Amino acid sequence: MKNNLKGWLYLLPAIVFLAVFMVYPLIDVFIYSVEEGYNSASQTYFGVGLYNFNYVLRDPYFLQAVKNTLILVVITVPLSTGLALLISLGLSSIKKLQDLFQTIYFLPYVTNTLAVGLVFMILFKPTAYSEGLVNLLINFFGGPSVDFIDGPYWAKMFVLCFYTIWIVMPFKILILTSALASVNRDYYKVAQVDATPPLRVFTKITLPMISPMIFYLVITGFIGAFKAYSDAVALFGTNLNAAGMNTIVGYVYDMLYGDSGGYPSYASAAALVLFAIVLTITTVNLLVSKKNVHY
Amino acid sequence: MKVVLDHLTKIYPSRTKGGSPVRAVDNFTFEIPDGKLIGLLGPSGCGKSTTLNLISGLEAPTEGKIFFGDDEVTNLPPEKRGVGLVFQNYALYPHLTVRENIRFPLENFRGKDKLTNEEMDRRALEAAKLVQIEGLMERKPAQMSGGQQQRVAIARALVKMPRVLLLDEPLSNLDARLRLQTREELRRIQNETGITTVFVTHDQEEAMSISDMIVVMEKGVVRQIGAPQEVYDDPENLFVAKFLGTPPINVFRGSVKADKLMIGSEAVLDIKGVPDGDITIGIRPEGFVLKENGRFTCELGRVEVMGRDTSVVSTHKYMDGVSVRSIIPSEDKVKPGKAVRFDLKPSKVHLFDSKTGERVYYEVKK
Repeated sequence: MKNNLKGWLYLLPAIVFLAVFMVYPLIDVFIYSVEEGYNSASQTYFGVGLYNFNYVLRDPYFLQAVKNTLILVVITVPLSTGLALLISLGLSSIKKLQDLFQTIYFLPYVTNTLAVGLVFMILFKPTAYSEGLVNLLINFFGGPSVDFIDGPYWAKMFVLCFYTIWIVMPFKILILTSALASVNRDYYKVAQVDATPPLRVFTKITLPMISPMIFYLVITGFIGAFKAYSDAVALFGTNLNAAGMNTIVGYVYDMLYGDSGGYPSYASAAALVLFAIVLTITTVNLLVSKKNVHY
Repeated sequence: MKVVLDHLTKIYPSRTKGGSPVRAVDNFTFEIPDGKLIGLLGPSGCGKSTTLNLISGLEAPTEGKIFFGDDEVTNLPPEKRGVGLVFQNYALYPHLTVRENIRFPLENFRGKDKLTNEEMDRRALEAAKLVQIEGLMERKPAQMSGGQQQRVAIARALVKMPRVLLLDEPLSNLDARLRLQTREELRRIQNETGITTVFVTHDQEEAMSISDMIVVMEKGVVRQIGAPQEVYDDPENLFVAKFLGTPPINVFRGSVKADKLMIGSEAVLDIKGVPDGDITIGIRPEGFVLKENGRFTCELGRVEVMGRDTSVVSTHKYMDGVSVRSIIPSEDKVKPGKAVRFDLKPSKVHLFDSKTGERVYYEVKK
């Protein structure tokens, strides 16, 4: 009993911080989301109900944000994981300069998001002086220039997906190369002696062995992509609604602090909708992985 | 299928800059007779695992040739050699069931060798029956004991009817009791299949108990090849004599003076055929006969009763090592006191050159 008390005492600082900065705000979000017509200045509201959800789910800006976010998730998560796996396989099969290449592939991870955004602007944004590097390439092959930053929706979405994939890849490569390196070499030796074709070695040995890591990356990838916001800001500036490139988290932010801000109730409702989506997808993911990850 | 190793040599480049290259296997020549069980024996780093890898093709020899029967396989990649391989950690695929693990090599067959599903199941079951795990076919490796996993690994290696079966420290991960049981099992399986088998171990008891022949290696060099009893009774050098036998052979610094074998001032044996001079004497623990007026005197340490026989631990000034260990029948009682006296059995006393460690043969003077 005495030891028990001591244990709680050690945990106390962390518990206090978590309670004040996490648990209380979480509860608050739930409360805000059902308070109709809440005014943050006067701290008053008209009544309790689901009007905030009703409003948010009908708001075309929110629906646009959900659509953008879903497209982003569906495209970037599988693509970045697949590409990272390919690159990791390449990295672990070379011997010379392996460390150097690993470092190069990891560099984007330590680079500031906004700095990377700047580079992408140079690549994609047409200015008074230049069409942007990518457009120069397109022109070279005979295609017409495309405005990737202020142009058609698919062009902007392409840049956003490209950017997101580029940003999340290094971490995935890092995780997957170490997962590949931790597979016992003896499996490959036995497989080789048994004349196993390379593709079968990959699908029957390598993939199952690193499947826990792949599922980890997919789940964190989904969550990360659903929470995307700063990437869009880095590319399209702060007025994302005008650009039609807002994300769910961006919408929440706008509702709190943006030009149309000052509506914590709407923001809370939107955040809870996001929470429900992420919770559902993560649960589905875990159920699927329980069936397919074997040990 | 006999396996011929012809002047097999493997040299690794030095790991440190400017260091000399390592000769992991040095000029290994041996013809493994068809259908025999061969134990490659030696301390760690002696090149026994490298030899196994050379036979399997996982490593290429620097020099020398390997033949399976009359086919040269030296430049054949491992997948074309038709060997079965079992590792110390079994290397079973953890996500596959026992059946899937055993079937795995069969599913790799392509072209005209391709088997039907039923045929694969039949052969997998046959292999499982051979190692007596046919009741566990749907289990995953993690749900089995170490001994059972080892059987699955052997079944997986046997299912494709390999020309040669290679086992790398197959029993090292098992506990003592299971090891004893599994090694008998290994012997039985090898007898039933008749597949030429090479296994690597650092445990001399393991190698001696089940091998038809043992190969003792030290630092990449083969020190002796022969039937286990023959190698034990007739070691060609001090290394082999010391490496085989538990408790190990007792080594003394002695000399030969006018046809008498001397340890200190005592003449312990009358011999002929050895010139005078310093000599290293190895005496097996069972080479001591307790005798009141024996010719060899040791300082008595303690007596360990082991039931079937008695182990006498004593010390001697000219001993190499800590204590002299002699094993005598339990009927012989050691009288308490400072000294214990023995006569020596000449067949258990081996002489070695003090400098080279090579065996010096002698005759007993009647």
